[in-house]
Amino acid sequence: MKTLITISFVIVSLLSLSLLEAIKLPTPLQLKLPKGWPKPSRNIFANNPLTEEGFQLGRKLFYDGKLSKDGNFSCASCHQQFAAFSTFEHDLSHGFNNGFTKRNAPGLFNIAWMKELQWDGGVNHLEVQALGPMTASNEMAENLDTILIKLNGDTAYKRMFKAAFGTGVINSQRLLRSLSQFVGSIVSSNAKYDKVIRKEATFTPGEQAGYQVYRSKCSNCHVEPLFTDNSFRNNGLPINTYFKDYGRMAITGAASDSLKFKVPSLRNITVTYPYMHDGRFFTLGQVIEHYRTGIQLSSTLDTLLKNKILFTKLEKNDLITFLTTLTDSTLLHDKRLGPNRM
Amino acid sequence: MTYSTRYFSYMVLIGIAFCSSIDCVAQSRKKNMQNNIQALNIHFTNIIDGRPIVLHDSNYVNPFGESYSISKLRYYISNIELHSATGASYIRSSYLVDEAKEASHVIRLRIKKSNYQTISFLFGVDSVHNVSGAQSGALDPMNDMFWTWNTGYVMAKFEGTSTASLLHNQVFEYHIGGFRGPNHVLHKVTLVLPEDGKLKQVSSSKDIYIKADVNKWWYGSTDIKIASNPSVTTPGVLAKEISNNYSRMFSIDNSRD
Repeated sequence: MKTLITISFVIVSLLSLSLLEAIKLPTPLQLKLPKGWPKPSRNIFANNPLTEEGFQLGRKLFYDGKLSKDGNFSCASCHQQFAAFSTFEHDLSHGFNNGFTKRNAPGLFNIAWMKELQWDGGVNHLEVQALGPMTASNEMAENLDTILIKLNGDTAYKRMFKAAFGTGVINSQRLLRSLSQFVGSIVSSNAKYDKVIRKEATFTPGEQAGYQVYRSKCSNCHVEPLFTDNSFRNNGLPINTYFKDYGRMAITGAASDSLKFKVPSLRNITVTYPYMHDGRFFTLGQVIEHYRTGIQLSSTLDTLLKNKILFTKLEKNDLITFLTTLTDSTLLHDKRLGPNRM
Repeated sequence: MTYSTRYFSYMVLIGIAFCSSIDCVAQSRKKNMQNNIQALNIHFTNIIDGRPIVLHDSNYVNPFGESYSISKLRYYISNIELHSATGASYIRSSYLVDEAKEASHVIRLRIKKSNYQTISFLFGVDSVHNVSGAQSGALDPMNDMFWTWNTGYVMAKFEGTSTASLLHNQVFEYHIGGFRGPNHVLHKVTLVLPEDGKLKQVSSSKDIYIKADVNKWWYGSTDIKIASNPSVTTPGVLAKEISNNYSRMFSIDNSRD
């Protein structure tokens, strides 16, 4: 009798073990909020719980040319890690069939704090952001049906979708949500500036002087610690006569939004040049010069810029010195955010 | 038998009894629920001049004498509500009615039994589902009813050709959307159900027939002539006006049932 009990006990244990194996749940992850930072205005992972498996799937997709028509363009083609996930040294990025994008590719970091995406805020949720570039004829130029067929034909993806979402079903929602898990997890918070704030480092005298210049002349729009308030403003750039891009007005239809674009973060600014929505300025010197002398008056010009911004030559140099402390080499070299070479 | 094996057997027996009694309660609860549930099929028929439309090959004439044929007609029906004197049923889902897909012309629901007098629904997709990220089912962006550059749903699509159009291949295209601000195109439609449409029968399912008069797109709030406006594909004043026009296209088909 005793042996019978022992045998049945072993069988039951084995069964429950294999059952556990079959319903293996993905490992939950938590978006780490840097100390002292504001809480994101909403949780972009509310309907899409962040997990290690979802993140790894999103990472693989981000680096996979399969998402484009000819296989040549992954998300990472235009969002390069060493350029803080912008396109290095390009005013506009290249896409399918020698196409050009219409705007400068922004760096991808601290997106969990953004309410809207794109220079004009036209995308209202990170999960639906990738639809545009994947399907635009001048970018990745693929259609969703074909992408899903390609992914469904790949056993590695089958396995990874199952690990992330419980079943091997591959649909557009899961594709978009896993990409969102990867991109939404990219946080830049370890520049020299951050170390100074955490009292782990100190500014040089030049950097300190530049920080004061920034505080008095830039910080109303480029608010710490994100170095943007994520608002839309007209910063006095003359209209690009080639693209005739009026920015936010195309989204809201309101004349009061004419020529307004999103305030970009100053973080990682030394590696995200060229600058502005159309990449018209190549150097930080040109950018500062624009605010000093180039601002064009118009009815929607931001009130803070009505009198331009005065910079002495020394202030200009100090400001540039400070801005270099915003480059986060941890972000640029984090292997977890790079392609998985295994 | 030793004490421990006897104890083990008792536990197993108690366990089995417990589980089956729970199952029993669940079964009877399920049965009770089923007795209060009614199948309801809502049929949508797009018509012109009283007859169901035919895609591509038929010629129609709008109130301004412009002749046209239709290649695409799709729209979202969401948040269906049925009201009776004693209560209401709410179905918080979205459905895409696509003229080209017969199966999509019928919305099949299971609802609480009641003597319903009115049916209401949102013509479009509510604002929450326009800002909540990637959706699935009828709201899957693969249905080609989602704008990626100014994210949000195209609530209704109406495309075809007309000799009045000055566009390429004489096409006309209306992609009507916009879910916020003064130019949102969301309309709540309420229809009174016919007397014999009461859902009191116990065993059979019930059908509601709704007809949609496509020619209502052209007039009512604002005259839309193909010659002057062959293409409206962004949110704005014109889209709003067209939605005011088409929001009156639904009526209960009393000739059925």
